[in-house]
Amino acid sequence: MALSIEDVNRVAHLARIEVTPAEAQDVLRKLSGIFGLIEDMRRVDTTGIAPMSHAADVSLALREDVVTEIDQRELFQTVAPATADGLYLVPQVIE
Amino acid sequence: MLDSTVAQLARALAARKVSSVELAQGYLERIARINPALNAFITLDPDVSVAHARAADARIAAGGGGPLTGVPIGHKDLFLTEGWRTTCGSRMLANFVAPYESHVTAQLKAAGMVTMGKMNMDEYAMGSSNETSYFGTVKNPWNTALVPGGSSGGSAAAVASRMLPAATGTDTGGSIRQPAMFCGITGMKPTYGLCSRYGMIAFASSLDQAGPFAKTAEDCALLLNSMVGHDARDATSLERPREDYTRHMAAAPADPARPLEGIRIGLPREYFGEGTAPDVLAAVEAALAEYRKLGATTVDISLPNVNLSVPVYYVIAPAEASSNLSRFDGVRYGHRAAHYDDLLDMYKKTRAEGFGAEVKRRILIGTYVLSAGYYDAYYLKAQQVRRLIAEDHVRAFRDVDVIMGPTAPSTAFAFGDKADDPVQMYLNDIFTIAANLAGLPAMSVPCGFDGRGLPVGLHLVANYFDEARMLDIAHRYQQVTDWHTRRPTGVTA
Repeated sequence: MALSIEDVNRVAHLARIEVTPAEAQDVLRKLSGIFGLIEDMRRVDTTGIAPMSHAADVSLALREDVVTEIDQRELFQTVAPATADGLYLVPQVIE
Repeated sequence: MLDSTVAQLARALAARKVSSVELAQGYLERIARINPALNAFITLDPDVSVAHARAADARIAAGGGGPLTGVPIGHKDLFLTEGWRTTCGSRMLANFVAPYESHVTAQLKAAGMVTMGKMNMDEYAMGSSNETSYFGTVKNPWNTALVPGGSSGGSAAAVASRMLPAATGTDTGGSIRQPAMFCGITGMKPTYGLCSRYGMIAFASSLDQAGPFAKTAEDCALLLNSMVGHDARDATSLERPREDYTRHMAAAPADPARPLEGIRIGLPREYFGEGTAPDVLAAVEAALAEYRKLGATTVDISLPNVNLSVPVYYVIAPAEASSNLSRFDGVRYGHRAAHYDDLLDMYKKTRAEGFGAEVKRRILIGTYVLSAGYYDAYYLKAQQVRRLIAEDHVRAFRDVDVIMGPTAPSTAFAFGDKADDPVQMYLNDIFTIAANLAGLPAMSVPCGFDGRGLPVGLHLVANYFDEARMLDIAHRYQQVTDWHTRRPTGVTA
């Protein structure tokens, strides 16, 4: 499978990462090498094999449906780039 | 004194032969002298370390000390630590001070260990050479023109150069074991789920596992005793009875000359083929001969699907990383671009500036394999082959107690050697990745040197929850060899 520069730009957009045309070329070259490596895996017959999504086939732990968290908004917002009145500030999205 | 093991330091502290403050000051003085050449630490705060040590001394004086109280340790800079900056080796978090503490470091703190600093690492733990850190490369103490391995390179280099007696690391595809080999020390990862991932900045959640670095297997066992434990805040943390990982080494064998009588060592033919440096293989063969003298038998086995470990890993790990790293968006914490047009542009510029090239590559791979139309062909396929690899191991452990081979196909390489060729870099993890995919405990133990005087590591993989025995198998070898006591001559000051 050959990766194209359009693939790189599409995926970069999905991943919300700005790439310059020069970076995209470099990424294309390196990703093509990596996908070459990955092709080996795609040739294996895996008919009927259940996907292994986790290192240990454990089911996630359950707990009582009760509130366990306390309000730490102020503490957590001390590390935010921009806040006001307890809210995170981002560029305006609605006119 | 600074060359002592954790076990020796603990005994000296308990016997009041040395105080924790004296130890902390001794190591800090050595760090000040040696670290500028190695760059193993990202953050140091001597006043805080000495304050920790003073508290440990008070606790020992009051009779409340435990087996690790007062012993210094460094933490890989992806464990969130209250009061210490946690950067994950990234510009994205260059000034991030976490508002809470990871479970692993909290437990070591509760045990009375003294935090000496935060250790340099590949950015977001993505790398095998420590060349991707925003804070500069770590140098290998055996030869500063060479890489220390990665991603936990700072942890390994600091222990190898005797700037620390112990350090924490994390291992997603070999990030503890490969740097342990490159730096000539002992490093291990336990069974997936034993150490809580709470407060560990996530790379690939189904693979990430914390573990210790030290000079000996005995030290790793002591540290592991305080690192594991169930934690409800990590949904994959396992609930198991507490165990003492030193218990086998503490027991006297029936025949002291043959303490490993009855132990069966599996040698996968896939790990002894072409592609591994002959002097690495020779050191491993010599270690196996030593094991036979200790009473163990070796059995040829096959893990038919392990050759697919690297491709499977480079689908699964980036896929999980692309999801985990989506949280770094310039809104809630970390870097935000200074100039942007709208919200979308802010995300894109923030992430373009905040992440380095390797992290971006892995996010892009992950995004691609999870994107519409490709999910089944890549991600699902990788998960299926992952099961085949895990089943190879389950089958092997019906006949053997431990699997051995080299930790990496070659010893430490030079800066820049593989930095421009991700595939070559990734193939360096060819022997370590399978244990992460299967979730098995594994470790690297010093077993000799190559022709250039660089350390070689013997890789051990054990069955699920069999770390106590694996550590004992490593310990018995360290009782009759002295590779683990060798230290880099360049930094013996």
